[in-house]
Amino acid sequence: MALKLYGTSVSASTSRAMTCLYEKGVEFEFVSVNLFAGEHKQPPFLAKNPFGQIPVLEDGDLTLFESRAITAYVAEKFKETGYDLMRHNNVEEAALVKVWVEVEGQRYNPAIAPIVYQFFVAPLQGKSPVQTIIDENSEKLAKVLDIYEAKLSTSKYLAGDFYSLADLHHLPYTFYLMETPVASVINERPHVKAWWEDISSRPAFQKVAAGMTFGGK
Amino acid sequence: MAAIKVHGHVISTATQRVLATLYERELEFEFVAVNMGAGEHKKEPFISLNPFGQLPALEQGDLKLFESRAITQYIAHWYGDKGTKLVATGPKMATVSVWMEVEAHQFDPVASKLNWELTFKPMFGLTTDAAVVEENEAKLVKVLDIYEARLSRSKYLGGDDFTLADLHHLPNTACLLRTQCKKLFDERPHVSAWVADIMARPAWSKVIAMQTKQ
Repeated sequence: MALKLYGTSVSASTSRAMTCLYEKGVEFEFVSVNLFAGEHKQPPFLAKNPFGQIPVLEDGDLTLFESRAITAYVAEKFKETGYDLMRHNNVEEAALVKVWVEVEGQRYNPAIAPIVYQFFVAPLQGKSPVQTIIDENSEKLAKVLDIYEAKLSTSKYLAGDFYSLADLHHLPYTFYLMETPVASVINERPHVKAWWEDISSRPAFQKVAAGMTFGGK
Repeated sequence: MAAIKVHGHVISTATQRVLATLYERELEFEFVAVNMGAGEHKKEPFISLNPFGQLPALEQGDLKLFESRAITQYIAHWYGDKGTKLVATGPKMATVSVWMEVEAHQFDPVASKLNWELTFKPMFGLTTDAAVVEENEAKLVKVLDIYEARLSRSKYLGGDDFTLADLHHLPNTACLLRTQCKKLFDERPHVSAWVADIMARPAWSKVIAMQTKQ
């Protein structure tokens, strides 16, 4: 039985999970969730994810939520096929991947997500972007990216000279950020910019990005 | 294998997360206290261990790790085979991963904000922001309601066994229990029982003992 991924093609978190599935060459069925109808907040979906959020992955009897738990599961279960996202044959490299996965989750994501929300989601709810939220978080993101700039001047990717799950997790939100004026935080930092151009050009992400049409492009 | 060195501070919740894991796995380690008051964590040599200038960091030979949840996973998955397992394999590990992410993205941001307002600000002579407390208590209630439902069907968050999914909650929960938020845990019987269980673990008592020694 194939894996089922529930979500939407414009959702950054769903895109994170989908990119991982494509990198691993894993077959899956995509099930669209009607967010506008509030499907994700209703009992059938809440039975899959009590937090009422996408994505959800079903693999037979196993139901998973939280995009980074889904990517970790897919990368581990299919570690012998597709691209080696977690460096499972090298303990030190695998540990460094975990470090930068946490950096994305704990440092990068909290700064970038509110910016993307203000530009793309708030308008859908009839609200104007709040500039103070954009400015505060752009400043936080810039500080994080200063550290990325230094790191990426010593290694090609975040965990080392190899593309890993840590880099992948950054793709979806950064993709949306690049469609806003805040793209400057990436473009102004040469190593970060080169890293972004490299990771976003990977075929697995290009497939997913084609569906990420929030900006109406 | 090379010796483990943990650079941190006993009152840092993230440091406590790592210490609890080392005690659960019965691993020897050297604790290097970082003088936060003197800003040691924002300067060399600490910055070379963690460019984000935050505690804790782990050194083992040439390996330098930071981010407490990456360190705990390293210790649990790959290092040593004594003590409590803390992780699982296959589909069971997937469920543990889910609830580790829940702690990181649903519980921790809210718990950290509450602890900052209610525990740490008073310690530093700063004024608690009542609006932030109210907003985050409401969020914590929603999270704990989901935990209550989960723990009515599962002994621990990740499944039948105590794992990192539970352990990661210990430091911020211990802090919250000393604030007005305690009642939110007490009011939910399964959550309350789970908290009592995980806080009674000997490894956690050893972490507490390190604080009282200071």
